[in-house]
Amino acid sequence: MFQILKRLKAREYCLLVLITGLITLLVWLELEIPSYIEKLTPLIEAKAPSSEIWKIGGKMLLCAFGVLVSSIAMNFCSAKMAAGFSQRLRKDIFYTVEGFSLEQIQKFSTASLITRSTNDVTQIQGFLSMGIHVLIRSPITAIWALCKISSAAWQSSVATAGAVVVLVVTIIIAVSLALPRFKKMQTLTDNINRVTRENLEGVRVVRAYNAEDYEGKKFEKANDALTKNSTFAGRVMSIMNPVMSFINTSLTIVIYWIGSVLISRSPALASQNIIFGQTMAFSSMAMQVVTSFMLLTMVFVMLPRASVSAKRINEILTTPSTIVGGEFNGETEEKGTVEFKNVNFCYPDAEENVLENITFSVKRGQSVAFIGSTGSGKSTLINLIPRFYDISAGQILVDGVDIKDYQLSALRNKIGYISQRAVMFSGSVKDNLIFGDNGKPEPDDDKLDNVLDVACADFVSKMEGQKDAYIAQGGTNVSGGQKQRLSIARGLARDPEILIFDDTFSALDYKTDKKLRSNLKKAYPNTTKLIVAQRIGTIKDCDQIVVLDNGRMVGIGKHKALLKNCDIYREIALSQLSKEEL
Amino acid sequence: MPRPPQINSKPQNFKKSLKRTFSYTRRFYGPLIIAIFLAVITTVITLISPNFVSRITDLISTNLGGTIPLNKIIKTCVIALILYAVSAVLNYIVGFIMVTITNVVSKNLRKDISRKINVLPLSFLDSTTHGEVLSRITNDVDTVSSSLNNSLLSLVTSLLMIVGSLVAMFIKNYILALCAIATSLIGLLFVGLVMKFSQKHFIAQQRALGQLNGHIEEIYAGHNIVKAYNAEDEVKTKFDKINNSLYTSAWKSQFISGMMMPIMNFIGNLSFVIVCVVGGVLFAKGIIPSFGTIAAFIIYTRLFSQPLNQLAQVATQLQSALAASERVFEVLDQEELPAEHATKQITDCKGNVEFSHVRFGYNPDRVIIKDFSAKIKSGQKVAIVGPTGAGKTTLVNLLMRFYEVDSGKICIDGIDTRDLTRENVHDLFSMVLQDTWIYEGSIKDNVIYSKEGVTSQDVVAACKTVGLHHFIKTLPNGYDTILDENTSISAGQKQLLTIARAMLQNSPMLILDEATSSVDTRLELLIQKAMDALTENRTSFIIAHRLSTIKNADLILVMRDGDVVEKGTHAELLSQNGFYAELYNSQFEE
Ligand SMILES: Nc1ncnc2c1ncn2[C@@H]1O[C@H](COP(=O)(O)OP(=O)(O)OP(=O)(O)O)[C@@H](O)[C@H]1O
Ligand SMILES: Nc1ncnc2c1ncn2[C@@H]1O[C@H](COP(=O)(O)OP(=O)(O)OP(=O)(O)O)[C@@H](O)[C@H]1O
Ligand SMILES: [Mg+2]
Repeated sequence: MFQILKRLKAREYCLLVLITGLITLLVWLELEIPSYIEKLTPLIEAKAPSSEIWKIGGKMLLCAFGVLVSSIAMNFCSAKMAAGFSQRLRKDIFYTVEGFSLEQIQKFSTASLITRSTNDVTQIQGFLSMGIHVLIRSPITAIWALCKISSAAWQSSVATAGAVVVLVVTIIIAVSLALPRFKKMQTLTDNINRVTRENLEGVRVVRAYNAEDYEGKKFEKANDALTKNSTFAGRVMSIMNPVMSFINTSLTIVIYWIGSVLISRSPALASQNIIFGQTMAFSSMAMQVVTSFMLLTMVFVMLPRASVSAKRINEILTTPSTIVGGEFNGETEEKGTVEFKNVNFCYPDAEENVLENITFSVKRGQSVAFIGSTGSGKSTLINLIPRFYDISAGQILVDGVDIKDYQLSALRNKIGYISQRAVMFSGSVKDNLIFGDNGKPEPDDDKLDNVLDVACADFVSKMEGQKDAYIAQGGTNVSGGQKQRLSIARGLARDPEILIFDDTFSALDYKTDKKLRSNLKKAYPNTTKLIVAQRIGTIKDCDQIVVLDNGRMVGIGKHKALLKNCDIYREIALSQLSKEEL
Repeated sequence: MPRPPQINSKPQNFKKSLKRTFSYTRRFYGPLIIAIFLAVITTVITLISPNFVSRITDLISTNLGGTIPLNKIIKTCVIALILYAVSAVLNYIVGFIMVTITNVVSKNLRKDISRKINVLPLSFLDSTTHGEVLSRITNDVDTVSSSLNNSLLSLVTSLLMIVGSLVAMFIKNYILALCAIATSLIGLLFVGLVMKFSQKHFIAQQRALGQLNGHIEEIYAGHNIVKAYNAEDEVKTKFDKINNSLYTSAWKSQFISGMMMPIMNFIGNLSFVIVCVVGGVLFAKGIIPSFGTIAAFIIYTRLFSQPLNQLAQVATQLQSALAASERVFEVLDQEELPAEHATKQITDCKGNVEFSHVRFGYNPDRVIIKDFSAKIKSGQKVAIVGPTGAGKTTLVNLLMRFYEVDSGKICIDGIDTRDLTRENVHDLFSMVLQDTWIYEGSIKDNVIYSKEGVTSQDVVAACKTVGLHHFIKTLPNGYDTILDENTSISAGQKQLLTIARAMLQNSPMLILDEATSSVDTRLELLIQKAMDALTENRTSFIIAHRLSTIKNADLILVMRDGDVVEKGTHAELLSQNGFYAELYNSQFEE
C-alpha cells in the first residue's frame, strides 16, 4: 500500500496537506460544539432567558456551518485526489504493460492484467476517496478529544482509552483473519475474467458442442469460489460494526457511571454541579472519539482488499520490460536485408531449443519462403525478427545491423508483420488499416484504396459504409479469408522495407492467392518478403525456399533444386500435386 | 461508420432497477425478514438507550447536594450494558445474514450474465467488445455487491431509527419533536437535489469503466500486433481519452454525492441548537418539568441526526449500486435467441440433408445466400469450395442454426431443422470451426471438452489419428501439459487438436470448416486415411481452399456469391472446364 502511495505526485501531496488542514479545522470546530453543549446545559437548567441561549446556540451553529463548508471543501479535494491518482495509476499500468514483451504478458496472463488495470485500481480509488480522510481524521479527533477529557477526570479518559484499545484489537484480529481471503479474492476475480473471456471467444464452439452447461459449470466453479471467499471475508469484517456500536453506546453509560461515583464522593453542591456538567460534556466527546473510530471500521473493511490490490498493481509497475531496444535510430544505407547467423532459440521455461542453428540471408526485394511440417518452428522463426522474443544464441541482422542495437520502434518501422492469426480490433475498416505508426505520415485515402486493391480486398467496397464499415472485435463479422486480406492490407499500409507473411494465404482460394501474389510482386518489387506457407503453389516462385524440420534447416534453395535434393520438400510437394502436375 | 447494433441502453428507471435488484433477494425473504426483525429489535434498544441516560441524569440532578442513590444508578448501568451486549450480538447476526445475502445476490447476477452469453444472438456479441462484457461481470457486479452490502440494511435501520426516534420524541414532547422534523425535512430536500445531480455521473463512471475495460482487453489480447505496428502511442491516446472521461465522472460523482453527508451533519447540529433553544424556553416556562427530558432530547436529536447521516451515505451507495446494476440489467434484458417450439426430434440420424431455396443475409439489406438448393445423400462426403467470402461458412452457420434462414428451409432426414431444438441439431454434428479455440486446461481436457464418459485411451486414439500423439509425447507432461498463455502450441497443432476434439464427439455428421488450412500437407496426407475412415458412412461437409484436401469428395459444390454454380466430382468438374477448373489450375499458372 505504501509503495503505491509513494507514487503520489506534488499536486496530490498539496491536496493531502490541504485535506489535513481542512480536517484539523473541521475537527476543531466539531469539538467546539460539545463545549457549547457544556455551556448550554447549565443555562437551560438555570432557566436563563432565551436570548442567552440563542447567543451560545448561534455560535454553535456558526461552528456547524464552518464544519459544513470545510467538509465540502475537503470532499472536493479528496474527490479530486482519489480520482486523479487512480487515473494516473491506470495510465501507468497500461503504459507499463504496453512496454512488456509477449512473454511478460503471458506470465501475468491477460485476464489478470485486465483485472489489475481496472478492478484493482477501483479498490484503491474507493479506499482513497473514503478512507484517506477518515484515516487522517480519526486520530486527530481521538487525540484532541482525549486531551480535553483527560484535562478533567482521568477516570473517564481511562475508560475512553480502554474502549479505543478494545477497538484496535478487534480491528487487528478481524483484518488478519480476513486478509488472506482478500488476497485470494482478486485472484479469483482473475479467474472469473478468464473463464468468461474464454467463453466469449469460443462462443461458436460452445454452441456447436452443446457445451453451454459445461461452460456454465466451469463458471459456476469460479463463481462459487469467489462467492465463498468473499462471504467469509465479509462475515469476518461484519463483526466490526456491532463491536464498535457496543463500545460506543456502553461508553456513555460507563462515563455516567464514573461520573455518578465521582459526584457521590464529592461533598459540596457546587463541585457536584461542575462534575455533572463535565460528565455530560465528556460523554458527548467520548462519543465523538468512538464515532471517529467507528468510521475507521469502514476504512479497515476496505483496507485489506485495497492493500492486496496495491500489491498486485505494484507487481506490474515494478516489472521492467525484458525486451529493451538499443540506441540505433535505424538509418541504414543497406535496405531490406535480413540475415540469420547460427540462431538458436528456446521458449522461456521450455527445455529444448525450438530452433537450432538457423542461417540464411535475404537481399533487398527478394522473397524467401519457409515451409515445413506443423510445429517445425516457422512462426517462431519469423517472430524473432520483430524481436517478440530474444534469441538464445547467434545473431539476427536487419539491414546489416544487429536487431538488438535498434530502437524497438526503429526496427519495427522497417517491418510489416502479418500474423498467422488475423487480429482485428473493433472499429472501422479504416481504423484497422491505419493502425499504428511507421514514422511516416498517416496514409491517405488513395493509399488505402491502393493497398486494399493489392490485397484483393475489393469486398470492402461492397460493405456497408465501405472503408467506414464496422469490424467486430476479432473480425468475427467478416469471413476468414476477408479477415486475412484485411490484415495483409494493414501490413502493406505501413509501406515497410520487409514484409512478413505468417501463413497468411491459408484461408484464400487459389485464384485470390495467385492474384494477390502477382499484385505484390508488381506493387512492391523492392520490398523484401518473408513468406510462411503450406502450399507449394504459393511459394514455388520464391527466390529462396527454406525447409524446416523440427527446428532445423534441412534444405535451402529454389523450388527446382529442392525438388531434386531435399526429401522433405519433395514429399510436401508430392502430397499436394501429382508428378505430372509438378 | 454505420454504428453496429449497440447494447440498447435506454435510460432505465431508477425505481425499476432498484426493484429488480431487490427481486434477486427473493429466495431469501425468510432470512431477510429475520434480519429486519432483529434489526428492529436492535433499533429499539438503541432508541431506548437515551432513557437510561436520562434516568441516570435525573437520579443525579434531583439528588444533587444530597446523597446520590449509587445502587440504583449502577443497577441501571448494568441493565443497559446487558441490553447493549444483546443488541451487539443481534447486530452481528444481522450483518452475517446480510453479507450472505448480498454475496449470493452478486453471485446470481454474475451467473445470469454468464448464462446469458450463451443464449444471446451472435450478432449481439459481435457488436460489443469482450472487455465490456467482462466489466459488467466483474466491476459492475462488484460495485453492486459492495454498496448493497452496506446500504440495504442501513436503509432499513436508519429509516427505523428515524421513525422510532420521532415517535419517542413525540412521546416526550411534541413541540420539540416538530422542530426536529422541520429541520430534517429541509435536509431531505437537499439530499434529493444532490442525488438528482450526481446520478448521471455515476452512470457515466460505470460506462467509462466498461469502455476502458473493453479497450484494455482488446489491446492486451492483440499485444503482438500493437508491438509490431508501433501502435503503442495510438492505443495510449485512446486509453487516455477514456481514462480522462472516467476521471471526470469519478470525481464529479464523488464530490456531488459527498455533499450529502456534511449537509445532513449540519442539519443535525441545527436541529440540536433549535431543540436547546426551544427546550430552554419551555423549561424556563415550566412546560417541561424535568431537566432529564431535555438531556434525553439532546441525545434523541443526536440519535436522530445519526440515521440522517447514514441515510445520506446509503443514498450515495445506492446510487452507485443502481448505476452499476442498470448496466448488468442492460445485458440481461437483451433479446435472446428466439424461443424454440420443437415438435420433432431426431435420435437415429441417417444423414440426408437437403437445402431448398435457402436465402439469408446477416443484415436484411445485404443478401449473402441468394437461392441455395442442394440434396445430400446419407454418407456422402461433400466438399464446398469457392472464392473467399462466397458464403461457405455462412452455409455451415445456417446448417448449425447459429443463424436462422430468411426463407427456404434446411431439412435433415426430411425434417425441417426449425422443428428441432438447436441442441438436437448441434448433437447431430461434430464440427471444426475455421477459428481454432483452445482454453486453459490440459491437452487432455481440451480434447475431451464437454464430452462425458471418455477414457484416456479414447483421447490417445483420437490424437494418434490426427497425428498429434508423437508431438504430445515429447512434451514433458504429455497429455497433462497445461495449455495456457505460457505454453502455447503452433497454429497447425491447434487445428489438429480441435479435429481430435470433434472426432471424440462421434456424431452422425461431420463439418470441417478449413480444419486443416494450417496443417502441412504431408501430415494431412498421412491422416487422410484415418479421416476417411472417420467420414465413411457419415455425411460430412468439408470446406477447404486447398483443393488437394477435397479431391476425393463424392460431391463438390462450387459456390460463388452465395449460389452453387457447379457441382460434381473432381474429375467431372475438371472436365467441365468451368469455374472449378479455373480455380484449380490457377495454382499452376505462371
Ligand atoms: N457475422 C457476420 N455479420 C455480417 N456479415 C458477415 C458475418 N459473417 C460473414 N459475413 C459476410 O458474409 C459473407 C460470406 O461470408 P462467409 O464467412 O460465409 O464466407 P466464406 O465463403 O466462408 O469465406 P472464407 O473462405 O473466406 O472463409 C462475407 O461477405 C462476409 O463479409
Ligand atoms: N509460446 C510458446 N511456448 C512454448 N512452446 C511453444 C510456444 N509457441 C510454440 N511453441 C512450440 O514450438 C514449436 C514450433 O511452433 P511454431 O508455432 O513455430 O510452429 P509452426 O512451424 O509455425 O507450425 P504451424 O505450421 O502449425 O503454424 C511447436 O512445437 C510448439 O508447440
Ligand atoms: Mg505457425
